Amino acid sequence: MNDEPPNARSNPDHERTRNAETDGGLDPGIGRNSPSEPEPTETPPFGEPMDVPPEYRQEESVVEHRSLRSRIVRGLREDKLALFGAVVVVGFVLVAVFAPYVAPYDPGATFGFMQSPDSYSQADVDGDGSIERVWHPLGTDSFGYDVLSRIIFGARVSLAVALATVLVAFTIGTAIGLAAGFYGGWIDSVLMRYVDFQWAFPEIILGVAIIAFAGGRGVENVVIAIGIAYIDDFARLIRGEVLSLREEEYVTAARAIGMSNRRIMTKEILPNAVAPLIVQATLMIPLAILAEAGLSFLGLGVSPTTPTWGLLLSDGRQFISRAWWISVMPGIAIMVVVLAFNTLGDGLRDIFDVSDSEVEQR
Amino acid sequence: MRRYVAKRVLHALFIMWLVATTVFIGLRSMPGGPVRTMLGQEATPQAVAQLRSQLGLDEPLYIQYADWMTDLLFLEFGTSITSSQSVREVVLGAAPKTFSIAIVAIVVGLAVAIPAGIISATHKREPIDYIATIAAFLGVSMPAFFVGILLALVFGVWYNLLPVVGYTPLSAGFLPWLESVILPGIAVGLPYAAIIMRMMRSSLLEVLDEQYMRTARAKGVTGRTRLFKHALQNALIPVITVAGIQLALVLVGSVTVELVFGIQGLGRILVSSILDLDYPVTQAVILLIAGVMVFTNLVVDLAYTVIDPRIRYGGENG
Repeated sequence: MNDEPPNARSNPDHERTRNAETDGGLDPGIGRNSPSEPEPTETPPFGEPMDVPPEYRQEESVVEHRSLRSRIVRGLREDKLALFGAVVVVGFVLVAVFAPYVAPYDPGATFGFMQSPDSYSQADVDGDGSIERVWHPLGTDSFGYDVLSRIIFGARVSLAVALATVLVAFTIGTAIGLAAGFYGGWIDSVLMRYVDFQWAFPEIILGVAIIAFAGGRGVENVVIAIGIAYIDDFARLIRGEVLSLREEEYVTAARAIGMSNRRIMTKEILPNAVAPLIVQATLMIPLAILAEAGLSFLGLGVSPTTPTWGLLLSDGRQFISRAWWISVMPGIAIMVVVLAFNTLGDGLRDIFDVSDSEVEQR
Repeated sequence: MRRYVAKRVLHALFIMWLVATTVFIGLRSMPGGPVRTMLGQEATPQAVAQLRSQLGLDEPLYIQYADWMTDLLFLEFGTSITSSQSVREVVLGAAPKTFSIAIVAIVVGLAVAIPAGIISATHKREPIDYIATIAAFLGVSMPAFFVGILLALVFGVWYNLLPVVGYTPLSAGFLPWLESVILPGIAVGLPYAAIIMRMMRSSLLEVLDEQYMRTARAKGVTGRTRLFKHALQNALIPVITVAGIQLALVLVGSVTVELVFGIQGLGRILVSSILDLDYPVTQAVILLIAGVMVFTNLVVDLAYTVIDPRIRYGGENG
């Protein structure tokens, strides 16, 4: 993201016009170049060197970078649903990060069994020897754990695993997709065969297979298991971007001045694919959350004792007739966070005007 | 057209071969090998050798591979290690339960999604469209097993209308069978419906905006005929694609939801075989699910030839 291609050069005024156009739904998306958009300043006249002095580029990258962010901020201000999603997502992430400070009790502390939501029990929580009256807003589970505290600590694992999963898929998928789109040939064939192959495996089944063959559960195995299933989504996205971008003038220009392939990929093509990548990643996180919950629900998640939302839900299902809240509360947590990511992702897609065909709908 | 079909069938067979080979490699590249994992570290060398020869693991790799492929051709998966039943029996006992849920889910999903999508698209920006859109948003955000738990709670526990535990085979009658799988089927079907409905809505909206729809209107075709004859046929093409891709969701949903309703289907035997290190069963279930996915994708591909004239007449590059 440091260097911008020469023809994505923009000054603040120009940026404003671009955004004005977006409101009319005309802009093809930030950081991406539309051949239909008349931008006379961008093509250097004949005889002038096509290269741009490095000190120039530094400045451009700052402008472009800020505009990406300001575009998101402005878009969220207009799209209330996406803003709601963003707020909920940030809220959940903060709660997960500061779980020990936010959770009312220790996730391992036990109270009365299966107490209903909004009930009280007697326990010595602060360890001073005297018994206090403790409130359980979401009740307690079959082991006597406080459901709210378990959900808050569960958010850590569930969100961290989902983020790590998408990060793994993002990194590997982007690398493969770049190579496949840029070099074509056998790399491309292997990628496309792999995509076909993956069609045969629903993500959780692939995860189950990997966990079976990798010889057990554990955070790494779960992350790899789910992450592998999403590599092709990123790889195909990037491959498509490369195929459409590599014929662009600025790429030809970069090649003409003798830029190496690797530099063209990382400095010219990748920055232009940032918007669809962000959208794709935002829409993959909720899928990863659901997949992790599914694996945990099957009993093949991170570990049988670490609280994750899927496991909490699974633990409660046999007590459904006596204590519905044990399963329903973590289920609602999953639903709310997935809903938030989905609305945010859909909003970002509209803000960047990324087409449906670019970002895989699953 | 015939060439297109042949191409798709060959492609499906190629994928199955790839899947089988991957499982073969995966099984043999396990840390310490499956036998060590199954018997544990304290196993005597004799026991290890015996199980290895029983599983054919003492043969050279190429012979193992040839055996593996021929066994697969005859759907011969060996004997389950924990129950000493043949794997085929174990899997065939469980598969109908999971597939019953999946079939009910597909029927429920399509029956809800397609009309809802059509109504939503033809009543754009009316209250009913907003309600359908919000419902779809909720639907894609809920894992099937959570929907299952909610349904079991409401219909089984609070109102006691339907059984929430166990499975009645179809041989015991259609209604008892349906009673035992309708709740799991709905649980899997609703998230599926949500995705298809969104696709149906956006696809129909796009088609309704096309030039030829205006032409049809100009030449005096009535609203209903326009919708059902001119618009739907084209709008359904991407819907079928999504419905096909999302069959993965249905299978995964069925595998998880059966646990909610205490049905001993593929999900149950898959999980217990993994936890019991019963590899012959694990690999058979994984191959079966992959096989079903490949087969249904093939069917979806072929369904295009019926629905999309562009493929029917110019399918060489399809």
